Amino acid sequence: MSEEVWSAADTTPSAIEEALRALLARRHAEEEAFVPARVLNLVVIVDDEYRGEIENRLERISQFHPSRTIFCAVTPGRTTLDAWASMAAQDAVAKPGHLSVARERVEVELGEKHLRGLDTIVGPLLVSDLATLVWAPHGHIDAVHGLRRLAQIVLVDSLDEPDLESALERAAGLADGLYVVDLSWLRSTPWRERIAAAFDPPDTRASLDSIASVTVRHRQDSAASAALFCGWLASRLGWRPERLVRDGEDLAGRARARRGEVMIRLTPALPLGSPGLSGVTVETAAGDSMSLERSSGGLRAGRRGRDGLERAWTVLGASRGESGILGEGVRQALLRDPTYKPALECARAMVAR
Amino acid sequence: MASPPHTEQVNPLVEGLERLPVPATTLVIFGATGDLAKRKLLPAIYNLAHEGALPERFNVVGVSRRDQTDEEFRAIARESITLYSRREPDQAVLEGLLTRLRYVGTSFDDVAGYTRLATVLEELDAETGEPLEHAYYLSTAPEYFAVITKALDQAGLSKDAKIIIEKPFGTDLASARSLQAEVSKVFRERQVFRIDHYLGKETVQNILAFRFANTMFEPLWNRNHIDHIQITAAEDIGIGSRAGYYDQAGALRDLVQNHMLQLLTLVCMEPPAALESKQIRDEKVKVLEAIRPPSIEACKQQTVRAQYATGNVAGEDAPAYIHEDDVPDDSQTETYAALRLEVENWRWAGVPIFLRTGKRLARKVTEIAVQLKPVPHHAFQNAGSGSQEPNQLVLTIQPNEGVSLKLGAKIPGTRMKIRPVAMEFRYGTSFVSQSPEAYERLIMDAMRGDATLFTRNDEVDAQWSIIDPVLQAWREDAVPMSAYPAGSPGPSAADELLGEGRSWRGL
Repeated sequence: MSEEVWSAADTTPSAIEEALRALLARRHAEEEAFVPARVLNLVVIVDDEYRGEIENRLERISQFHPSRTIFCAVTPGRTTLDAWASMAAQDAVAKPGHLSVARERVEVELGEKHLRGLDTIVGPLLVSDLATLVWAPHGHIDAVHGLRRLAQIVLVDSLDEPDLESALERAAGLADGLYVVDLSWLRSTPWRERIAAAFDPPDTRASLDSIASVTVRHRQDSAASAALFCGWLASRLGWRPERLVRDGEDLAGRARARRGEVMIRLTPALPLGSPGLSGVTVETAAGDSMSLERSSGGLRAGRRGRDGLERAWTVLGASRGESGILGEGVRQALLRDPTYKPALECARAMVAR
Repeated sequence: MASPPHTEQVNPLVEGLERLPVPATTLVIFGATGDLAKRKLLPAIYNLAHEGALPERFNVVGVSRRDQTDEEFRAIARESITLYSRREPDQAVLEGLLTRLRYVGTSFDDVAGYTRLATVLEELDAETGEPLEHAYYLSTAPEYFAVITKALDQAGLSKDAKIIIEKPFGTDLASARSLQAEVSKVFRERQVFRIDHYLGKETVQNILAFRFANTMFEPLWNRNHIDHIQITAAEDIGIGSRAGYYDQAGALRDLVQNHMLQLLTLVCMEPPAALESKQIRDEKVKVLEAIRPPSIEACKQQTVRAQYATGNVAGEDAPAYIHEDDVPDDSQTETYAALRLEVENWRWAGVPIFLRTGKRLARKVTEIAVQLKPVPHHAFQNAGSGSQEPNQLVLTIQPNEGVSLKLGAKIPGTRMKIRPVAMEFRYGTSFVSQSPEAYERLIMDAMRGDATLFTRNDEVDAQWSIIDPVLQAWREDAVPMSAYPAGSPGPSAADELLGEGRSWRGL
């Protein structure tokens, strides 16, 4: 890894931007194959006190790293802007015939008073014409809204909110005008893919109409992933979900489908290694059942036919881990999943007070 | 609340998913202990498993002549995957995949071997509790393609199966037609997936995106604005340990007949009505059919063949082709081929398309260069701008994948002097993510029955129809064999092919 660094105390956005241009010119003069990545801008707003954990998470997202990261660390009472910028490439000298792709990182230390005009600080630092993704893992929702004119995408993790309803409300509020990438939604992706595949053979597809119950097991803090999973099924299959009610530790309720009712249950599971779902069971009115459970090397799939015959196997797939989920979130910022918003709307209907 | 239409014909759950469902399948690899299987196919299958992209019920049966057990085959697969996978294997996934591997040792013409294969396939169906789809991947020497096809039929294993056939599909027009005749006795065209792994490359697929997802270039994409096109597939290495294959094939069969003509079709095709298998392949065939196969006489003017001689590469002496291991001293196999072709239709009439490929050239690069016509009036010449050049658009397939456009720009200073500069897009900077290997995409597409990235029978036929007369002319020595030093840009005879005022892009 080769890195060139600039820093200044009590500086201005235009001085930081000028420093970035100078860094780039200097690196390019040293190594002709040196070129900056041009994928997207990532603006991260964090509390300075807890920045380490977020920095570590960003370090681990490897190849999905955005091209320019603007890291805004907020310290209560700070009155000046201090900044630090770096331009780093994996290889100090490019391999013959290859490019040396660089990533830029700007850290701006600022106070709460700067958050009101954060767009005027961040704006000059963005690479023009690249998509801009905003992530505020420590709250700062007003600052996120303040960047609406600059950003197209916002990264959230509904797991971070204290309760399920406010998590989904926050996502819905942001989805009005921004494209939301919700890490809780991405944690449900392998489960959605497998349920879609299970119903894909034409002879099985017809039984989508006769789904009678859906039970989703999740880590205690991951009810949002479970609700979004059920919201996805409801929105794709045209169910009208009703409000889920507390049943012990579970949330339970029903949705009205074309041919009857579907019972829905979200069940917290025993502590799991990483956030997300731990199991899904879908049953049909005819008595068929399919289930998926977390297991080593993939998901453990089970089927029970109406004749009572049971089969089980492992659906191969490596766990992405939390760093993989964040990396996937950055990657998804450049894509558009048309099914998230309808799923979110159905999930909100299920948890509305 | 949204309530999308939901019928038995459409699975409403696949909308928005990146990984589409794949039918439960047993993939049978013929030639499972060969180089391609070890370096490409088994690692590709592992990477699909790692990403959770394989069908949830999935098995691999390796078939080859070597007599070995399932466990021994699994050991080979483990070693190959560990060595060649583009990512470090996750041990739980790898072990899970290896349990899905079975092996049948047989010669490819042994009826009893196919009976044993049928038994294994039945056992796997029984273990799964449902009949699995069967896909046969022929990763063998080409002489076995027809043999295996016939034997599968005789063993009752061909019904509703898919067959994936590696290149080369024939060695000339007659042999390709003969092979097709054998294949079509057993399989319908929709069951056949002829591999041209170039089509699985992201950058090759990007040619379609570049042309048909942008309005900027298409108005210029014709004889009115384009002077000529150069398609280059240059390698800096020699033939390595492939003398047995390469000396039989040569550069023309190895790269021009398949990969380079595929690139040509993607550059020259009309916009398809939809990005569907049939529409895309229909348009590609139209391009190939619009290329007049050169006569023997025309081959003297339109083709160049050459063989590399002793040279110097990076300060080291490099041997001549005929001194490479296992190459006959009197070999007349070309290691370099260059052709001038024309697509005779309304869009391209009069625009020469130059193809060149070779081993042991100065640099490894695969690219398509579209040279636009010069400006009609050189207004800047009086200001001393002698170096104004026509615009050139270069689509680089590998390495440094991307697109670059050469433009004229004013040199800073008091005079109005122009010099060419490059405006560049590079995959490595705009998509900082790892692309899947071509074989990952192709194996998945074949199992899903999507033939878009595979070569259709009439495409193969049209490709050989163009190449066959060249083979004949070269066989009859109508075109002399030139020589070029190893490590050089190629033979000087190739320069004459371009005609006055044109030159090859530098290597």
